[in-house]
Amino acid sequence: MSVQQVLFDAPGPKARRNILLGNILGVALILALVAYVIFLLGGKGQLAPDKWAPFLESRTWEFFILPGLLNTLKAAAIAVVTSILFGLIFGMGRLSSFLPIRAVAGVIVEFLRAIPVLLMMIFLWLGFGRIDAVDDPAFVAVVVALTLYNGSVIAELIRSGVQGLPRGQREAGMAIGMTPVQSLRSIEIPQALIAMLPALVSQFVVILKDSALGYIIGYSELLQSARRLGVGEGNLLQALLISAVIFILINFAVSSLAARLSTLLSFRTKGRAGTTKQDGVVAMDAAST
Amino acid sequence: MENYLTLFETYDVPAAFWANIQLTFWAAIWATLLGTLLALFRISPIASLQFVGAAYVNIFRNTPLTIIIAFGVLGLFGQLQVSLTEDFNLNFFRLAILGLSLYHAAFVCEAIRSGVNTVPLGQAEAARAIGLSFLPAARLVILPQAFRGAVAPLGNVLIALIKNSTVAAAGSVAIEASSLMKTMIEFRGDLVIPIFLTFALGFVIIVIPVGLLTTWASRKLAVAR
Repeated sequence: MSVQQVLFDAPGPKARRNILLGNILGVALILALVAYVIFLLGGKGQLAPDKWAPFLESRTWEFFILPGLLNTLKAAAIAVVTSILFGLIFGMGRLSSFLPIRAVAGVIVEFLRAIPVLLMMIFLWLGFGRIDAVDDPAFVAVVVALTLYNGSVIAELIRSGVQGLPRGQREAGMAIGMTPVQSLRSIEIPQALIAMLPALVSQFVVILKDSALGYIIGYSELLQSARRLGVGEGNLLQALLISAVIFILINFAVSSLAARLSTLLSFRTKGRAGTTKQDGVVAMDAAST
Repeated sequence: MENYLTLFETYDVPAAFWANIQLTFWAAIWATLLGTLLALFRISPIASLQFVGAAYVNIFRNTPLTIIIAFGVLGLFGQLQVSLTEDFNLNFFRLAILGLSLYHAAFVCEAIRSGVNTVPLGQAEAARAIGLSFLPAARLVILPQAFRGAVAPLGNVLIALIKNSTVAAAGSVAIEASSLMKTMIEFRGDLVIPIFLTFALGFVIIVIPVGLLTTWASRKLAVAR
């Protein structure tokens, strides 16, 4: 039952009138806000056609936006793969029956989750730059920082996914003579992954959004390219807005996919698809940049 | 070791963390106010307000915080000459607070909505049965329980906000922790790892108690059903 139907009755004539009144007020509010923004932008000359014209030229897209987008997607795609690997390894570590492995994995995961991604990124960027170990320290720093942070979140997802499975799954594995590790690998984790797939896909949105932190360390991703374009063409505001719209469209598509998966997969697993509550704390930390 | 200790004489590390705490504090207040308003919009019977709430959440949740903060300094200040105070540096600080608030309000809204989902159907029905209309029912019956149910997700938003306050670096706020760390590493390249660990530890020290506290509070405040 959705919230909307719970909070109020089917409206009678009086309530319908109030709702209509509220709707008129609401629409007036939206229009006033839009008009104010247009007025503000127009007053500062930001709606002038020459500020927007560069986005109709192919060279803007060819030399600024598309290369930037490509760099963003490259960093995000590599980070998605590596953080899943990191998450699988440390998730299994946290579920290990051998205490030292469990403790070490736990400390590493909790530590990496508690520090800001940006802090890690700046450290890796300057660190790699100093020891001269890689060709492009900014790119490597973005990917590694995203991997360490999101990998830890995914490790937690896998752990809570496995713990959300009915105990019988593990017991059945033991009963046919599997070792705990075998049962984890071939029975529990595959099911946990299906149950956690929506949350995992939502984490991809976090990775994509966080890749924009590369802007601060000078990685030429979408935001950085948009800024360069805007400084060159004198349309900084417009360039930033276009880059934001591109991010929103991609992330909205990925979020919608996650929501669809969550309804589709709830029939496919014994685990609790989509929800990742553990001890009252939601493991998924979507608010991260 | 002595080398390491001289760092603290040259650079004011506690002041940097204090800047992050201030950013977090103000952004948390504004985000809570705006987020609660948006949550009210989203659960109200009025379709146009529902639309505003949903559109806001979808737009701000899917935009990178870095863009929002960079937009504050490059767009609002640079292009539109929006100024929140006369003081140059304080202006950047306030614009960063504005960006952090706008971004996290979307998550506060979703956290409260998830709290509303924990309130059983019977509560709303009982409120209606004693003759409360939407706003009184929301204010007296639904929201107090919803806030209690939303403590854990709100705590997660707060933790994310503490960590995200470092992104103010994108908004020319040079006094916060990640900017100071960058300066320190650039000048004292011999101590890269100790400097990083100092700042990392600082965040661990701030974040972990907040996590424990919200977990404790969410149990303490949970409505017994």
